[in-house]
Amino acid sequence: MSKIHRYLPNSVPEIKEKMMDEIGVSSIADLYSDVPDELVYKGSLQIPGPSTEAEVKKHVSDLLEENATLKCPPFMGGGVWPHYVPSVVDEVVHRAEFLTSYTPYQPEISQGMLQSIFEYQSLVSELVGLDVVNSSLYDWSTAVGEAALMSSRITRKTKVLVPDLMSPYRYSVLKTYIEPAGLSVEKVDHDEITGLMDLEDLKDKVDNETAVVYVENPSYMGFVEENAVDIGEIAHDHKALYVVGVDPTSLGLVKAPGDYGADMVCGEGQPLGNHMSYGGPLLGILACKHDNRFIRQMPGRIIGITETLKDQRRAYVMTLQTREQHIRREKATSNICSNQALCAVAAGVYLGLMGPTGMRELGETIMSRARYAQRKIGELPGVRAPIFNSFHFKEFTVNFQNKSIDEINKELRAKGIQAGIPLTKQFPSLGETSLFCVTEVHSKKHIDMLVSALKEALEV
Amino acid sequence: MTINFRQADWVEPLIFELSNKGRIGYQFPPLEPEINGSLDPENLIPETLQRIEAPDLPELSEIQVLRHYMHLSQMNYGVNSGLIYPLGSCTMKYNPIINEVLASHPKITGLHPMQEDETTQGILRILYTLKEYFLEITGMDDATLQPAAGAHGEWTGIMLIRKYHLENGELDKRNEIIVPDSAHGTNPASAHMAGFNTVEIQSNDSGTVDLEALTAAAGPQTAGLMLTNPNTIGVFEHDINEISKIVHDAGGLMYYDGANLNAIMGWCRPGDMGFDVIHSNLHKTFSTPHGGGGPGSGPVGVKDLLAEYLPVPGIVEDGGVYRLDWDKPKSIGKIHGFHGNVNVALKAYAYMVTLGGEGLKESSELSVLNANYVSRKLKDLKGYELTYDPEKPRKHEAVLSAAPMLEDTGVSALYVSKKLLDYGLHAPTTYFPLIVPEALMIEPTESEPVESLDAFIEAMTEINQLAYTNPEELLSAPHNTAVTKLDEVKAAHPKTICLSWRRFCQLMSEE
Repeated sequence: MSKIHRYLPNSVPEIKEKMMDEIGVSSIADLYSDVPDELVYKGSLQIPGPSTEAEVKKHVSDLLEENATLKCPPFMGGGVWPHYVPSVVDEVVHRAEFLTSYTPYQPEISQGMLQSIFEYQSLVSELVGLDVVNSSLYDWSTAVGEAALMSSRITRKTKVLVPDLMSPYRYSVLKTYIEPAGLSVEKVDHDEITGLMDLEDLKDKVDNETAVVYVENPSYMGFVEENAVDIGEIAHDHKALYVVGVDPTSLGLVKAPGDYGADMVCGEGQPLGNHMSYGGPLLGILACKHDNRFIRQMPGRIIGITETLKDQRRAYVMTLQTREQHIRREKATSNICSNQALCAVAAGVYLGLMGPTGMRELGETIMSRARYAQRKIGELPGVRAPIFNSFHFKEFTVNFQNKSIDEINKELRAKGIQAGIPLTKQFPSLGETSLFCVTEVHSKKHIDMLVSALKEALEV
Repeated sequence: MTINFRQADWVEPLIFELSNKGRIGYQFPPLEPEINGSLDPENLIPETLQRIEAPDLPELSEIQVLRHYMHLSQMNYGVNSGLIYPLGSCTMKYNPIINEVLASHPKITGLHPMQEDETTQGILRILYTLKEYFLEITGMDDATLQPAAGAHGEWTGIMLIRKYHLENGELDKRNEIIVPDSAHGTNPASAHMAGFNTVEIQSNDSGTVDLEALTAAAGPQTAGLMLTNPNTIGVFEHDINEISKIVHDAGGLMYYDGANLNAIMGWCRPGDMGFDVIHSNLHKTFSTPHGGGGPGSGPVGVKDLLAEYLPVPGIVEDGGVYRLDWDKPKSIGKIHGFHGNVNVALKAYAYMVTLGGEGLKESSELSVLNANYVSRKLKDLKGYELTYDPEKPRKHEAVLSAAPMLEDTGVSALYVSKKLLDYGLHAPTTYFPLIVPEALMIEPTESEPVESLDAFIEAMTEINQLAYTNPEELLSAPHNTAVTKLDEVKAAHPKTICLSWRRFCQLMSEE
């Protein structure tokens, strides 16, 4: 290519030649002389371009416009939820010094990122009620996988117990993660009326081989796991660890898991200032007690407080790196290197803006709106919402007795509404049931629009 | 040096220390009367699980939160805001602004991953096309975009190898993954997480794979080999065909760590070198920002023999219509909650079409030229050494050893890197790869104009001279960064370790 490209400052022929001259290279091909001839690619890469910025902007925007225009945010959750992202959050994560830096290997010049991550750890620590939070994992699903592996390393046991109403995606990721380590996973039944974990079944299944009992609170079906305290006690009676998976937006109203017996917490930090973006990037939360047995087994980066050597000024640094792959290699607690640091910064900014009052208001707003939607939808003929008799947070199940979800969703889609994750394949025993989600971004107008669209769909 | 750098030093308190009771940083839209009146929030949560005391979060006004993080950002160093970020193995190239603009489009940020395919045709088409371009660049047959980072991709790739041997009834005996001693730490860690033992083989005198050692290590117990090419000293594995043959003859599969793909786009393709499964880092080769440690994206490409094991869901195209494909009965399962770091993939797509096939090749060539320009100008200085065949061309990175300087003056690679910070230049990767003593792993990338390369060379030269004339000045560096050298022992000591504000307050009250 002889053309000069705006991203390539040395693509100017005179500059390039001068550089080659200075180091005694006669052609670029000289620099590839060690690539065996038969491996040199004879074709040219069939990728359109180069393009000007205006061309790229139009091309990609046009493609994005092919995504449907919805009348209101989707009424969908299940691990990624529509929430409002305050402008300050986006402003901060677009700062070049944060956005375009990498892992703070050189702490003296990276205090900004180090302190921001330390604050993220600290803010989440307050929310979940545990002292130690790592600097992020990929998402909730992989955090469950890592939590199970960590529990097994701590207890030297191999059985994992999970609720049978757990998110099937998280369950699938968990299975993929733990299979090579020889761990097994078993599902604990739920009470058919309340959806809560069946404590008798848990007592039957938990044994001295159980490394961890995992619950989700709120559950995948959206209800608060009222038995959470008892479940932890049963786990501890068998020297199993107790891990709770959380949606952090609930923690302004719901007790911190660390205060009801959780040894570890995992969860999805996306709703804290991160956009849905078709499911990624997300923010895997992992927290544990301040106990050396736990801390030593923690996967991923952790930022700690320290001081400058010369004048004892407070500063921040990556610590306990001897757990990590770049030092410990195959004996590391995990292979994770790149994580979701910027999403963690976003979560920190978000929690800083919210404060204690904001987190409580967030929870109340969500619950009020979700409860209104639940009531209105439940009043429709042939509809039951929710199917479980429990306290629900922002998600709730909706069962349709007279029409299939496929048909209903088709009619909603025609009206520019995406509502409900069909549970028909995920949980066939629940019949024509869909998982709806309502948050602070759904106004009364949005909810009423959904209800009337559902009403019409059911009448057709 | 003409650079006069001083990083901001705000002595910024923790956000908790800026709190003042009653302040708020965000306000929610009020509840409509019909919604507001109907509920008593106090009774929405079962009594045993009600949060009685609010979480101890700080209370700040919006401007305070903004300024706090603006201050912190000024105490950080990014490739777009700094001068050069030659962090070897990490490919810190320019992160184009237009890609950020596109990634903020509401038609990607507001998309839920469980929306019906009919409503997500735009993003599915982008992801599908990105996959096609990725296959074109790498010479593979199929791919998944789900892995959220390079190491996640490595683990996914090794899980595919595991599945392959399982399906062939050989997993019981094939329990070893071979890795060279020059490999990234993630390689053995990923292999271990996928259930394998790792066997490390020593590099030969050229810093490349020792064919004899490989032959000796390979056998019926071999599941595969993980290899970076060009490798971590920046040298192309010239014997790659023989390497592939040895591994394949033993019944193992070839894994390509794509960390260094930026060197070879358009020149050669891992798919033509005998690799069966690869990952690439979109945050390296395809310019997406590193975000202070992430999010990245680590797509995995495979040859046909592994395609049916790829994670669900895949993305397929049928007459111009795109859909998620969950019908993969032999898949290893799910590896990510949804579809991976989609927003990152979007930026990589924009980058690819900005450069096009020709431009990507030119990028690789210039990354190689830049690395050789720097390394050839530094390798003959007294304190540095380009280990392993110094006359041989490097690819996109080169590893200098500061071992001679350490021996002559007591100044180690650590102090070279700390002093670079004082010039406002980021340090190279240090002490990696492990096969080079006092390693300074330099990867300038093609984004750097020759002027910043010259600044880096000048700084490295000056540091080298200082080491021999005034080493004390180096041993106390850095001075111009937000903070001076840190007590890393205290940070990790069981008595003083403190990983959160909560803990900090406990330690304070105990004192």
